[in-house]
Amino acid sequence: MTTQTGEQISIRVTVNGRVETAELRADRSLLEWLREDLDLTGAKLGCNEGECGACVVLLDGRPVNSCLVLAAEADGREVLTIEGLGRAGALHPLQQAFVDRAAVQCGFCTPGMILCALGLLGENPDPSPDEIRRALAGNLCRCTGYQQIVEAVLDGAGRMREGART
Amino acid sequence: MSGQGYDWVGQDVERVDAVDKVTGAARYTADLKFPRLLHAAVVRSSLPHARLLHVDLGPALSVPGVKAAVCGRDVPFHVGIYLKDQTVFACDRVRYVGDPVAAVAAESPEAAAEAASRIAIDYEPLEPVFDVERGLEPDAPRVHPELGRYECVPWITPEPGTNVCNHLKVRKGDFDAALKRCAHVIENRFAVPQVQHVPLEPHVSVARVDLAGRVEIHTSAQSPFTVRHLLCACFGFKHADVRVIVPHVGGGFGGKAGINLEPIATALALRCDGRPVRVAVDRSEEFYAVVVRQGLQASLTSGVDENGRVIAQKMRYVWDCGAYGGYGVNVVRAAGYTCGGAYAFDHVQGDSIGVYTNRPIGSAYRGFGMQEIHWALESQMDAVAREIGMDPVEFRLRNCLGPGKATVTGQVLDESAGDVATCIRKVACGIGLDVDRTDPSGGGPIRRGRGMACAVKAPAMPNDAASSVILKFCEDATLELSLSGVDIGQGLRTVAAQYAAQALKLPIESVRVHNLPDTHLSPYDWQTVASRQTWATGNAVLRAAEDCKRQLLETAASALGRPADALELDAGCVRDPDSGRSVPLDRLVMGYLFEDGHAVGGPVAACAHFVPEGLLFLDPETSQSKKPVAKWTFGAQGVEISVDTRTGEIRVDRVVACYDVGKVVHPSLIRGQTFGGIVQGLGTGLMEELVLDRTSGRIANATLADYKIPSSLDAPRMEAGFLETPQADGPLGARGVGEHTMIPTPAAIANALVDACGVRVHSMPLTAEKVLAALDAREAGREGGHRGS
Ligand code: FES
Ligand code: FES
Repeated sequence: MTTQTGEQISIRVTVNGRVETAELRADRSLLEWLREDLDLTGAKLGCNEGECGACVVLLDGRPVNSCLVLAAEADGREVLTIEGLGRAGALHPLQQAFVDRAAVQCGFCTPGMILCALGLLGENPDPSPDEIRRALAGNLCRCTGYQQIVEAVLDGAGRMREGART
Repeated sequence: MSGQGYDWVGQDVERVDAVDKVTGAARYTADLKFPRLLHAAVVRSSLPHARLLHVDLGPALSVPGVKAAVCGRDVPFHVGIYLKDQTVFACDRVRYVGDPVAAVAAESPEAAAEAASRIAIDYEPLEPVFDVERGLEPDAPRVHPELGRYECVPWITPEPGTNVCNHLKVRKGDFDAALKRCAHVIENRFAVPQVQHVPLEPHVSVARVDLAGRVEIHTSAQSPFTVRHLLCACFGFKHADVRVIVPHVGGGFGGKAGINLEPIATALALRCDGRPVRVAVDRSEEFYAVVVRQGLQASLTSGVDENGRVIAQKMRYVWDCGAYGGYGVNVVRAAGYTCGGAYAFDHVQGDSIGVYTNRPIGSAYRGFGMQEIHWALESQMDAVAREIGMDPVEFRLRNCLGPGKATVTGQVLDESAGDVATCIRKVACGIGLDVDRTDPSGGGPIRRGRGMACAVKAPAMPNDAASSVILKFCEDATLELSLSGVDIGQGLRTVAAQYAAQALKLPIESVRVHNLPDTHLSPYDWQTVASRQTWATGNAVLRAAEDCKRQLLETAASALGRPADALELDAGCVRDPDSGRSVPLDRLVMGYLFEDGHAVGGPVAACAHFVPEGLLFLDPETSQSKKPVAKWTFGAQGVEISVDTRTGEIRVDRVVACYDVGKVVHPSLIRGQTFGGIVQGLGTGLMEELVLDRTSGRIANATLADYKIPSSLDAPRMEAGFLETPQADGPLGARGVGEHTMIPTPAAIANALVDACGVRVHSMPLTAEKVLAALDAREAGREGGHRGS
């Protein structure tokens, strides 16, 4: 284990559309960097072992467990966190679907769920319920029983296809 | 959403915190930033049972960046909600692997971990007790030799000199005599292992003690006032000097009830010169070191007459409370007075016994003992029905509670208690238990089966448990609602807004429930547990709204020169129906200013509380009581499963649930609660179990990789239905249901397994190995000549 000091590296990452540069210890995870240095706390620490999906962000459009990715690995790449997706009054259609379908309870899994689903919809804009369940299998939720989450992703996918057409 | 009238209760309004949660704006305790924050590491016992001879903090203090180190001798104070059997850190004895022994606070998590690893501990190992059978033996080692000296509420009865931390007896009628008259006597034993809550957000607390001695805690907890109260009892603080703030909480399920990491954080903060200290457990510690659900060993004897009526019923529930029973003793009690579940047994002998072991701490867990006893009871009812050749649905209907029937404690239920018989019928019909069920799979390897189970639960709480709320109008007639019930995901803040908006005829968007619980600012609430919040807080909101309405009418009476009782509150105004004149709310909520310049009334605000009425203690010998609990909620679930007879694997395909909730306050929230409960129930039913390594006393599967909880692939298709028999003291008739949704699922699955394959598994969870072993045993039995059994 590295203690106190470790090798320092510098990185340049586009986070939610803004270029961020940092000098940091080479062993720091992307999740730690986002949460602690950038105060982007939407990505949650649920396990730190790649088993819960609460920390999912999109790295170049693909969902990753940011607790298992080194900040260094994001160098030169694009990161999207939940904070970059939408805001009150201008929610992303998938966020709006989560609100409308009551897919949110405690909300701790929600940012990771939404981003993981967004990753799926980037590759497959019209997934079946089974495909959604498979894509979200690494994102645990202890509150909802998943049914309304699957409904929300189906609904959000529909809204996104609709939006793409108009 | 306005313009549809103001009947918000019963509508799918938007969750008040939904946008916060989908944008990442919602801050949970670990998301908060504190200047000059110190990080803690907790040193935990590596032995399950040992005398603690010496703790040397010295080496930790010399690690660079360490600010403080603390152990039992520094804070030898007791803590616990019902039985004060635990100290902040182990003092002279450790009782489970994970027992906190010491803690350090340092500038970085790495420095804290390094310092913690240097603390030297001398132990003298003692023989551990790993199961309740051993714990009850007369020569078993005592986990708590000091049991007789602990402080305890009067309705908990520890047995000093033994490992029994509570024993509740239910004696009704004459069990022995009745049993002799029975046509059938059927006995079975059932078991439930310790499991863990697995909230997605692990426990975390931040404490700060400023230089004037004031304490401020931010914590992921279900009960800010109970945290404050127990912290004051522990450290001797004045309540008003302690401020507990609960940000958003990432799931609780009982694991964040009572008090958990807060005393450790406080003990460190007292030594850190005004700097905040964060204690956070990692996922592995979350599994074994904080709290878990108690294990259960149950033995049931049912005596049945020729008509399929259970007339004599004996139940012995022995609970594995683990190392400390501070909270768990009340689970033992609740399981005792609810020992007969949803059934009306005339002659009852019930015993619920809590036993200390050297395992993780058993505590509150969604359902508070009810899923565990229903596992036993609902498996037993099914087994009895099959044994006497009666349809299990019909057998349940013959024996279930209902208006005019008496519970095991002799409480005669009235109409407002809810309708379990209709729940049973609806579920049986919904899952297809009422039709001819020849297995469509024929003789293939995948067998299908259906089964059901009932559920009942009452809130287990002190008789005077209170909830209160404050309503305050703003200048523009928007309304602020402040409460200390915690929205742990169930949607309490939304439900509270619905009641307030309906009672005051406001657009739902005009109600803001934006104060997260803060003991300095929001009014008293006992705890967010026991499925009590919609009912208790809902009532408090209606009362406070009534008071606000009175104030508005009085001010309007002066303004309009009419008696207050001639006026009515309407949408956005107070109106005189006779003259048609009205005053808009924004001219009343801060008082009314007349044209000549004089004013009447003032800012409209109200505080109100709710405490249930008429509760009576249990008789200490027999537990008989006319009203031992505030309310009951009944329900049932039916499941359809497929079993792969080659592997023993069960897949739950479909679940149908029906609960009598009094009033559906928010249709999509209650559906979500029900689905979440079913899947949590399915997890405990099929896959969850804390596995103890009996050599080391450690939990062997304390990671999410090894302790699986259901994923999206495990969740079945679910349908939820609700009855609305109004609760007499419920807000617009509502009663609680949050916990009930996970109670019947495992037993329903076990009953479906019998339907599918003819084998019954008596211990949770229903793993593939157990199912396969049961199938093999049946085959072996057949080959041995017992064909047709
Ligand atoms: S915190 Fe990254 S997967 Fe759990
Ligand atoms: S909403 Fe609580 S974990 Fe998913």
